[in-house]
Amino acid sequence: MIKSKKSLRQIAIATLFILPGLLLFVTFVIGPMFYSFRISFYDWNIVKPEQSEWLGLDNFTRALADPIFRRAVLNTIIYAIVTVPGQMVIGLIIALLLNQDIQGRSFFRVAYYLPVITSWVIVSLLFEYMFSGQAGLINFFLRDVLHITTENILWLADPILAFVPIHLLGIWKGIGWTAVVYLAGLQAIPKHLYEAAEVDGAGPVKRLFSITLPLMRPTITFLLVVLTIGALNAYISNLLLTDGGNPLDLTHFVLTLMYEATFTKLDFGYGAAISYFLTTIVFIVSFIQMRLVRKKFEY
Amino acid sequence: MTHKKIFRIVTYTLLIAGLVVVMLPFWYMVVTSLKPQSFIFEMPPRLWPSQVTLKNYIVALNKDNFGLYFFNSLFVAVISTVMTVFVSSLLAYAFARLNFPGREVLFYLLMIGMMIPPVMLIIPQFIVAKHLKLLNKSIGLILVYVSMNLSMQTFLLRGVFKDIPRELEEAAIIDGANNWKIFLKVILPLSMPGLAVVTIFTFLYSWGEFPWAHVAMNDTAKRTLPIAIALFQSQHLTEWGQVFAASIVSMIPIVIVFVVFQRYFIQGVSMTGLKG
Repeated sequence: MIKSKKSLRQIAIATLFILPGLLLFVTFVIGPMFYSFRISFYDWNIVKPEQSEWLGLDNFTRALADPIFRRAVLNTIIYAIVTVPGQMVIGLIIALLLNQDIQGRSFFRVAYYLPVITSWVIVSLLFEYMFSGQAGLINFFLRDVLHITTENILWLADPILAFVPIHLLGIWKGIGWTAVVYLAGLQAIPKHLYEAAEVDGAGPVKRLFSITLPLMRPTITFLLVVLTIGALNAYISNLLLTDGGNPLDLTHFVLTLMYEATFTKLDFGYGAAISYFLTTIVFIVSFIQMRLVRKKFEY
Repeated sequence: MTHKKIFRIVTYTLLIAGLVVVMLPFWYMVVTSLKPQSFIFEMPPRLWPSQVTLKNYIVALNKDNFGLYFFNSLFVAVISTVMTVFVSSLLAYAFARLNFPGREVLFYLLMIGMMIPPVMLIIPQFIVAKHLKLLNKSIGLILVYVSMNLSMQTFLLRGVFKDIPRELEEAAIIDGANNWKIFLKVILPLSMPGLAVVTIFTFLYSWGEFPWAHVAMNDTAKRTLPIAIALFQSQHLTEWGQVFAASIVSMIPIVIVFVVFQRYFIQGVSMTGLKG
């Protein structure tokens, strides 16, 4: 009797600690997740939800048959294929350079980290200006300094070239974070391993491939998964640089298309279906990557 | 020259080359914000302004209301940060120290929040916010920002709280302190570095968040900086000087926060892989 009274008291105390957070989490995260699933089966009426029309899987089959959606998926996957290895390779180089006994280390670290903490909105506009077709810095550099081209390139008017600034921005903004995560991994590697390898006559390249990379396997897996999820969720840079899809809806990412379907065309059901497709892709890709990386490094 | 010396020279050369690539866009942004409008599309583009003026800053802060948007952002970011720190430490304390049925299940439920792509939730969040009459209000931004950060920050703080030796609490219990007192007087003061990490990340997130603010805030007077800057640019396509003046002003708080708390920041990234 006394014991159950005590455990009741414990539950009461725990409830007080948990309630505020749980309430917020259910209202704005878990609840919406299920709600979104429901919406994706309807032609959702935002003003009068009770009049929404049940469509079954129509929103999903419609997306699969839509050439704009397919192109958006392709664009998103290419973005991940370019920017994820880009960030991982450059980030690793920077981390290796910074992981030595050098002067001004924390200065370099802060400088490389600046793009990471700057809002996506600001850096997207900055790249838009630098890649401007009229008189952008990049065009000037290519035309008058390197003489690669004789005319200004209209980057954002071309469905392929528009991805040059978008991809470069994705890499540029992410390398600081990637490098810091690598640095944490590098510092966990015992120094004596390198000393032993040096005694055995292993050069820097040999040491990189036989000590550093194998021992950083958890860090590499982690980065691969997190950066890929981030790339598949890319959205703001594309929305601002191409107005989401310009020219001719050829440059959409999955999320800019979702945004347009939902908030411009007010087709909430279709937008929700698209977002569930993306979530599925995210889960599948991260699952495969975790398995692949595990295999590749096992010996 | 020895091998080591060449290696050092290569290291510094590469680091400085990288530094130029990383910093050049920021430098160009500063220079552009100081140019008069007639020089915005000058050819050749200059990396050093021929004429320096503060006009862009004055116009942006006064006429274009960026001063107001700055305070809106500050309000939203500060309240979101304080609430996140408070609510997630309450949760983390319960998960780290209290015994109650369903603790594991609830914790895993909370961890799902780290796996969901945030933008996926925007549609239903919009509908929920509409029902709760939270659209076009600062509180609507704040509640969603807090919710979106709960999983990660609770996870982080639970780890921090678990590392605090129980003996320190036992002394307080003998003195007759209850859970609330222990939480306030023992746990929180001993977790300052962890709380600093949560503070920095939540502040940065709330300060720069765009997708949710973009759909949930149509009221011009209550806009936060990211949407205000993006919308200003889409309406004044060529006034880059003012766009960048506003951008630079909006970067001041985060640069200050970052430089002051750099140590905790790097620690936080290494500890949790949190994304800034």
